[in-house]
Amino acid sequence: MIGIIDYGMGNLRSVEKALQKVGAQTRFVRGVGDLADLSGILLPGVGAFGDAVRNLHATGTWEPLRQWAADNRPFLGICLGYQLLFDSSEEAAPDVRGLGIFPGKVVRFMPEEAGVKVPQIGWNNVRVAQPESALFRETADGSYFYFVHSYYPVPADASVTALATEYAGVEFASAVGRGNVFGTQFHPEKSQAAGLTLLRRFAQICGEGLALPDVVPTQGETMLA
Amino acid sequence: MLAKRIIPCLDVHAGKVTRGQQFGRAEADGLRNVGDPVELALRYNDQGADEMVFFDITASAEGRKSMVEVIQRAADQCFMPLTVGGGLRTVDDIRTMLRAGADKVSLNSSAIATPDLVRAGAEAFGRQCIVVSIDAKKTGDDYWTVFTHGGRKATEWEARDWAVRAVELGAGEIVLNSIDSDGMKSGYDLTINRQISEAVGVPVVASGGAGKLEHFLSVLEEGKADAVLAASVFHYGELTVGQVKDYLGANGVPVRR
Repeated sequence: MIGIIDYGMGNLRSVEKALQKVGAQTRFVRGVGDLADLSGILLPGVGAFGDAVRNLHATGTWEPLRQWAADNRPFLGICLGYQLLFDSSEEAAPDVRGLGIFPGKVVRFMPEEAGVKVPQIGWNNVRVAQPESALFRETADGSYFYFVHSYYPVPADASVTALATEYAGVEFASAVGRGNVFGTQFHPEKSQAAGLTLLRRFAQICGEGLALPDVVPTQGETMLA
Repeated sequence: MLAKRIIPCLDVHAGKVTRGQQFGRAEADGLRNVGDPVELALRYNDQGADEMVFFDITASAEGRKSMVEVIQRAADQCFMPLTVGGGLRTVDDIRTMLRAGADKVSLNSSAIATPDLVRAGAEAFGRQCIVVSIDAKKTGDDYWTVFTHGGRKATEWEARDWAVRAVELGAGEIVLNSIDSDGMKSGYDLTINRQISEAVGVPVVASGGAGKLEHFLSVLEEGKADAVLAASVFHYGELTVGQVKDYLGANGVPVRR
């Protein structure tokens, strides 16, 4: 069972349907609750960094979520949910802290060239920086994914960059991965076949959508890595 | 590199896709039923469409209800960005469509009537999901007037001024629809597309006038559009999305394959 965190930041329906499409069982997680039945967590999110941090604290989800990722259990952050894995964001006040699973800061695109639009809206391609990654191993160099964002994270440790994408004069980390914890700036649930492939991999990492449904990853264990 | 987007647009009337010839006629006797919106969306999905726009031309309470169902069905089956427009007047209307699975809402007449809707929508859901759609008609030398209500009602706004204002209010994308070109298949209006694209810092989607492959190329290059929207040329099978992408790719335009 993959838990989709519902904290009032954007539409969850597409993520739910896409995970179900690739054979995963899902449920929405609101507030603290019991996470014992979950094999993985998906943190979606559209909106502002500061609002997201506030809502996660207000719903009591913050600490269980942070602990889950810190324990290296299967975790996928998407879009704003990806940015929340970092320390802080230029979008919010400096004292607003992210989950801090990956050291680094979220910054805004500052295009110098005329005609470069912010937000980046549309399909951009990726360079695969972690070809052995459990999540991205089926992602081909040059694959297109759907992006909608004005900010992007800069990981302090460049080795966590799993996919890299060029926009507005920079090559940024469009996805990161370390152990079982991943984040993508793009929306796999809106990226057609390339995105569904990635979600199927995540479901498999969570032990979902597999021939052996009783295989559930335990803490710190890397499934299919 | 960011790809130029090819976006089929479906005009939906009471849950069915229709297409008239020009502005205004769709609601009169020119309605031609071309099928189930979700089936068509899936076809475009297979052809490699980058996004889909569903435009509700019913403009009634029942119409909007059936539109919510259309969006839900489409979102459950097409794992691609979906935009919905037509008859959205309140923040609640926007929320309903986003909850149904839309990624963006397109505001047109309601944005002109209530500019605060753009601001409130952007504040509540983020500017990336607020699209302001502008129907523009050339009414003088180097002057394009914004029209509302399906091109029937002239406003006081000049198209470039309104585009800039809409972005200030919170629009994350502009759709520029040329009333003169719509349904004529004689090409997009390159001049106003380029001027608006250069005037705003958000993506501009060109709409109205696609008939031939060359039209897509010229509005992306000369017209400086970030994406192209087309309806009838795809509906009636004159061109497929794949053909357009092959042509653009062969001419050096970055497209998603």
